[in-house]
Amino acid sequence: MKLRLRLKPSRTAQNIALVVLFLVALASLLAGFIAPSPYAEQFRDAISAPPSARFLLGTDDLGRDRFARLLYGTRVSLLLAPAAALLSTFLAALIGGLAGYLGGRWERYVTAGIDLFLSLPWLFLLLAARALLPLNTSPITSVAITFLLLGCLGWASPARIIRAGTRTLVNSDYLLQARASGISGARLFWRHLLPNLRPMLLAQFWISVPVFILSEANLGLLGLGVSEPLPSWGAMLRELENYTAVLQNPWMLAPVALLVIVVGCLQVALRTEDQIPC
Amino acid sequence: MLRIDWRAKAPAPQSSIAATKTGPTRASAADQGVRPTNRRRLRRFSGLVVHSCSKVGQTLSSANRAFFATALLSALTLAAQSTNELRFCLRGDPKTFNPLLVEDENSETVLYLTGGVLVRLNRYTQELEGELATKWKVSENGRRIDFELRPNVQFSDGTPFSCEDVVFTVRQLMDPALHSPQGDTFRSANGPTEAKCTGPSSVMVRFPGPVAALAAHFDQVGIMSVRSAHKEAAVLGPFTVAEYKPGTYLLLHRNPNYWKRDSNGKQLPYLDSLRLDIQQNRELELLRFRRGELDIVNKLDPEMYDRLNTEMPRAVVDAGPSLDWEVVFFNQVSSAPLPEYKRRWFRSDEFRRAISDAINREDICRVVYRGHARPAAGPVSVSNRFWLNAALTPPSYSVNSAEARLARDGFHRSGDALLDRDGHKVEFSMITNSGNKLHERMLAFIQQDLSKLGIQLNVVTLDFPSLIERISRSYNYESVLMAFANIDLDPSDQMNIWLSSGPNHQWNPSQKTPETIWEAEIDKLMQAQAAAQDMKQRKAAFDKVQEIIAEKAPMLFLVNPNALSAVSTNLKNVTPALLRPQIYWNAERLSIGNKYVSQR
Amino acid sequence: MPAAIFRQLRRILLTALLGGLLGATLVRLGPGFGVDERELDNRLSQESRQAIQAEHARDSNIAMFYVRYLSGLIHGDLGFSRSLNRPVSQLLKERLPLTLGSLAYGVLGGVSIGLALALLTACWRVPGSDIAPAFLAGACLALPAAVIALLFLWMNVPGRWAIALVVFPHVYRYSKNLLVATYQSPHVLAAQAKGLSNSRILFAHVFAPAAPQLAALVGISVSLAFGASIPIEVISDAPGVGQLAWKAAMDRDLPLLVNITVLVALMTLVANSLADLALAAWRPDVSRETA
Repeated sequence: MKLRLRLKPSRTAQNIALVVLFLVALASLLAGFIAPSPYAEQFRDAISAPPSARFLLGTDDLGRDRFARLLYGTRVSLLLAPAAALLSTFLAALIGGLAGYLGGRWERYVTAGIDLFLSLPWLFLLLAARALLPLNTSPITSVAITFLLLGCLGWASPARIIRAGTRTLVNSDYLLQARASGISGARLFWRHLLPNLRPMLLAQFWISVPVFILSEANLGLLGLGVSEPLPSWGAMLRELENYTAVLQNPWMLAPVALLVIVVGCLQVALRTEDQIPC
Repeated sequence: MLRIDWRAKAPAPQSSIAATKTGPTRASAADQGVRPTNRRRLRRFSGLVVHSCSKVGQTLSSANRAFFATALLSALTLAAQSTNELRFCLRGDPKTFNPLLVEDENSETVLYLTGGVLVRLNRYTQELEGELATKWKVSENGRRIDFELRPNVQFSDGTPFSCEDVVFTVRQLMDPALHSPQGDTFRSANGPTEAKCTGPSSVMVRFPGPVAALAAHFDQVGIMSVRSAHKEAAVLGPFTVAEYKPGTYLLLHRNPNYWKRDSNGKQLPYLDSLRLDIQQNRELELLRFRRGELDIVNKLDPEMYDRLNTEMPRAVVDAGPSLDWEVVFFNQVSSAPLPEYKRRWFRSDEFRRAISDAINREDICRVVYRGHARPAAGPVSVSNRFWLNAALTPPSYSVNSAEARLARDGFHRSGDALLDRDGHKVEFSMITNSGNKLHERMLAFIQQDLSKLGIQLNVVTLDFPSLIERISRSYNYESVLMAFANIDLDPSDQMNIWLSSGPNHQWNPSQKTPETIWEAEIDKLMQAQAAAQDMKQRKAAFDKVQEIIAEKAPMLFLVNPNALSAVSTNLKNVTPALLRPQIYWNAERLSIGNKYVSQR
Repeated sequence: MPAAIFRQLRRILLTALLGGLLGATLVRLGPGFGVDERELDNRLSQESRQAIQAEHARDSNIAMFYVRYLSGLIHGDLGFSRSLNRPVSQLLKERLPLTLGSLAYGVLGGVSIGLALALLTACWRVPGSDIAPAFLAGACLALPAAVIALLFLWMNVPGRWAIALVVFPHVYRYSKNLLVATYQSPHVLAAQAKGLSNSRILFAHVFAPAAPQLAALVGISVSLAFGASIPIEVISDAPGVGQLAWKAAMDRDLPLLVNITVLVALMTLVANSLADLALAAWRPDVSRETA
């Protein structure tokens, strides 16, 4: 039996958020039709050009159309980052939830394992992954593997919180009643416990999406991540480190603005009845 | 904070300067004959002024007090900013203060500023000049060198300089157990090195084998004292290391016993101190320069140069093409884990020349380097006037020429893709070091250029240790884009690159015997130029080496980047050079002028 | 109680040392171990190159390395950093205070801002009041830590506050969901109906049930803050442990990396243990079942 709260949800904000997300996803899927030029083509006579009719967001320092790269980059990041976030959230729920549910010695071992996991230099695992991958791996395979690794490594922090949340729920009345009704073991865990961890799981998912997008950009330093000429949000965000160029060319902020909008809308769209105040 | 304790026991040459937690007291500094710096004088003066003013202030009204305080603050600020201290940044901590074990750039900077050398290559005129030696003579076909030493010279701690110091330094330098990189430049053959005093101020050094450009190599050898209790801390250069806070800064003070004087007889250096902040972040370094907190920015990248040029045009310096290379090379190692058909491609002269013709060097110079680079013809930059083979020109960009070469080698187009004679699609990877934006952009350019030939280039950026492992241990790579920093003009420093047995013969290192005829020819020519003493003979041999390299293209020389830096207009006597260190090569003659001169 | 504390300390120490061994193994098996960029120096003779390779070969047997490390540790010798040419203990002694200070600012700042915004949203209960904080948190998550650090440098704000901005979105999102859900649970509604004051409801009926998760949040904020400190210290050139960790990783400096791994493991374990202890004091009912 799930906890239900009788509230009147406000759907206007959620509807708007869903529409925005849908439009962004649609635009990225139709990038081939919308983008006026290929994302890899270098217009060497129009380097770092300002926005114009020809280049809606100007060109980058290699003469590539920023608008086209934003559209294609959205496709890569919006597809893969949520997938990785889903994976890390699932692992966090499984491991953290089981630890809190089982309690006792198991919980102690798992908690120590989580703390250990958080302390290790996983950079070297990622370097090893790059070493094992052939150098001629296609960009999309390389980026898929990158996000898979991020998903597998990003579960530890939320697992601890989920474990703590599970401890609180384990002795709640509704679970006691379920146990008294003869429900136990896996069914109790999957059908009655996990669904009530939804607020935490949604929080974890929402945070993970932009974190993984940025992590992908940083992994470019190790040879993983999205390789040229495929664009990604992460690579475009790294351009912001050149703050003077950003001040002179404020349209360079378009990717970060889009990411903030998408992440904000994602959070608003993911709100459920029990998360809306009042 | 670490201070150099002059009273500490002398450390072994391999160790870095010993550090203590307590600093020298004012009394001990005076005992050592170290003059109080302007900064200390200023502090004493300020304290006196503030005390006097507080007495005066007590008699003034509050409004007058406020005005007086503001005026005083401005005056003190003005006084503080006119301290004769040069400030610039090091990219990291120096690894050692031992002049014989210098390998990293930061330690080289410290060595240049503090180390006394027998001869110095003038970075501006590119001529060799006497420093601690007034005369020198090379004989026995480059095996022996005799120096006449400058009289009445003292180390920074007052210990007299003599021929025994040179003998001691050379013995340390050539000690096989020390593995000194500078020592290895003299090790052209096995055997002992003989060094001895041949008079009260003359010294002879005889090496086991001939050494090309023997005298010039002593530019890198900092002379150490055999007698001083402070060993490597006692120096003969214009500055001494006074304070070192790891990770934060290194402070150098003027050497009170420096031997050099200007034409008016005034003792050098003009500067009282140098503050080298440890700063890796170039954006931050530039920000601090723009705020007036730094006087020099060494090695600006082109984008920062242009940015600074719009705001402070008088502060930027473009000294022209440097000696550095940006090169591409292919894996030709027999034991490399490559498919046989790819090995065939990379070993084909026509294939390599085709790739070279297909890369648009002009665009790389114009776009990636923003006009601050020159297409390269070979291993010698246009700035290296003597050694450049002027008959060679950079390959012209020509897709037609590239296609013709590929066709001669059996390659053909099939739709958008290029296939080899056996039908394999021409696709290979190119790796470079990550974190280098210029390389990342160059890779994107090369990728686009090669796509016009139907070649699919996969670009991968790797962290530096992974890159080194692939190119020097596992040979698990296909092609590489790398930068080489050249410090010396003389090609004898590149022996390990051009000799087929050399460990730095990047495309196929450490060969037991040359695997191609042209590599055998290069071996012969390089050994001939190393053994010859006559400069014309040496040049003729190296000219031929350059011709072979241009024809066979084992390395594709793309561009020579320009030497870009930023210099505060308050810094006087600056004459930017092409050779490193470009700005402070004459540090003993630099001085700080009026800080309020506008840089715009 | 002292026995329990001793057991906990022993557990922390053993786990940290195990972390060091695992970390060392990861470094050893990773690519680029044992290579040295000095090998690219044209000047070096064959003997000098072999000497460099021999230096690195000494650490190639990870079991022997770790035995040597542990025996040195007993005597207070943490090893020698090859990349920086100095004893590791000296390096850590110089850099730890800066990083600990930054972490303290980062965790306290991040947790304070996150909790404050979450409380605002949960207590205020105006429709749409969570949208602006959500976008603010989203903006902080969307900007790379390096960009935030540069922005702060440009504005002359100390980089340690950048760590707070990286930590706060995590704290905000979790705690906001948690507090809102708790506010809407039946026992809080009953307390409100009975006319209890807002502050009593907040502390006795909202924080109390949410305490375990809030404690866990504070605990993981430490490892989040350390993770953020690495790019921030590298960008702002702050000579802390984060910058040291990055340099050690890029240079494959095994002694330095092992010590930093053990240190980070200790910090994480201690932070989480302290959180558990605080929880034990506040909610002994939950923590009894946890023990």
